[in-house]
Amino acid sequence: MRHPGVVQLRAIKAVVFALCLLPFAVMVMSAFRIAGFDLGANPVESLIHETGLWGLRLLLVTLAVTPARRLTGWNWLVRLRRMLGLFAFFYVLCHFLSYAVIDQRLALGPIVEDIVERPFITIGVLALLLLLPLAVTSTNKMMRRLGKRWQSLHRLVYPIAILGVWHFWWQVKEDIREPLIYATVLALLLGLRLWFRSKKARPARTGLVRADRPAHG
Amino acid sequence: MLIRRAPDIRPSAITDEETYLNRRKFLQLAGFAAAGTMAGSLGAAEPRGKPFPKVAKSPFSSDEAPNSYEDATTYNNFYEFGTGKGDPYRYSQNFETRPWQVTVGGECARPGEYSYEDLVGPHTLEERVYRLRCVEAWSMVIPWVGFPLADLVKRLEPNSRAKYIRFKTLYDPAQMPGQRRAVLDWPYVEGLTIAEATHPLTLMTVGLYGRELPNQNGAPLRLVVPWKYGFKSIKSIVSIEFTEQRPRSSWELAAPSEYGFYANVNPEVDHPRWSQARERRIGGGLFAEKQPTLMFNGYAEQVAHLYDGLDLRRNF
Repeated sequence: MRHPGVVQLRAIKAVVFALCLLPFAVMVMSAFRIAGFDLGANPVESLIHETGLWGLRLLLVTLAVTPARRLTGWNWLVRLRRMLGLFAFFYVLCHFLSYAVIDQRLALGPIVEDIVERPFITIGVLALLLLLPLAVTSTNKMMRRLGKRWQSLHRLVYPIAILGVWHFWWQVKEDIREPLIYATVLALLLGLRLWFRSKKARPARTGLVRADRPAHG
Repeated sequence: MLIRRAPDIRPSAITDEETYLNRRKFLQLAGFAAAGTMAGSLGAAEPRGKPFPKVAKSPFSSDEAPNSYEDATTYNNFYEFGTGKGDPYRYSQNFETRPWQVTVGGECARPGEYSYEDLVGPHTLEERVYRLRCVEAWSMVIPWVGFPLADLVKRLEPNSRAKYIRFKTLYDPAQMPGQRRAVLDWPYVEGLTIAEATHPLTLMTVGLYGRELPNQNGAPLRLVVPWKYGFKSIKSIVSIEFTEQRPRSSWELAAPSEYGFYANVNPEVDHPRWSQARERRIGGGLFAEKQPTLMFNGYAEQVAHLYDGLDLRRNF
């Protein structure tokens, strides 16, 4: 699928949108015990965990767009990136809100204490704060207005992803298998970028050079 | 030792088995337990253990409403069967707990190999409804069945050099899939001072909700030390050793800055990664508020004297 038409692309976007929304729909049904869905014995913990995991997953999917484009030559993939990034932000925000509103019931004292005294929460909140300007500047208008600076700003996604995985890693008790998977995927995605860059330094194949042009969408 | 009666006891208020099983039936009737679930509810968890014929009620019981049988038997930390909360229920169903041997050793006059029956047989079982506070800041109320560890210690006749007891969990990776990975340094080890072990609240536990312990809850023999974080209440015990030196427990070895030997429930000493000031009572649902954690999990009146002069901030 090298060049999907306008209608095809619209259909692809609709499907991706629905897929991104699916975990949220399941969470809502689980929270209200609809159709046999259930959040288990500790629903608050489950909700915080699930929203965080989906935030991280979508962040990694967003970061996979560029390598996937390079490897397949499907440049249209970049047209999905904004939606994926915004969904990542949406789940990270849900993650924070489940913690702040449902778990802590907006008790400012304990929330501030957590953010200040517990490093894994500090870096999680930092990642969320860094995501905010990216979400705000995701519109076409902002892209045009910021011009070249837009891309520099959106490079923040790399430290954000690292903070996110680190936040997950730091939070688990002894069994690091799951965060290790996320860290490996992230390392792979960042490593691919370094590899592309080193290829670019040398004379590159034409296909890759073309794909390298910034393509906003 | 003078043990005052717990202030919050009203045996009449203890939920009987009929009531907490009925809650499950209601859920099933309402169709909730039917389909696949998202994050942890494991569906049917029918009580399978043999009911104990006669279990005396204990004045040490809390009058708080016990958790549902399902919560207590499907949301567990028992890393021998996996680190997920549902893993113990999921992976322990074929665990063989008979015959069961316990090695008694160290500084005592009655060392040797004891069968489960030898060890438990001579004791009178009683039900104790205790609060259980996990170090992860959640809690439950569970009606345990057991006998005071103090009675067993007396039978084993520790000598004057015995200052501590070291307990070990079974090491059997063939049956305990969690032990196939070095998440902790297996076998699981826990320890108590003699004073803690012989405190009347410390329960050698063989059952819950009037029945034999389900595998995922530490069958056939576990400890329940209600004023300490849950990980001190070692499960599936195969070794009891009286020692002169303080044993080092598994969690203490794994993360010394996070888990201490005493591990007394203490709302004033936080875990490095989360606050211990409040806890989430399991069973309250999504919109329940957390409740304050009590010093020594609410058993301060009975146990605080054990730690007179001890800096609880340093000896966490």
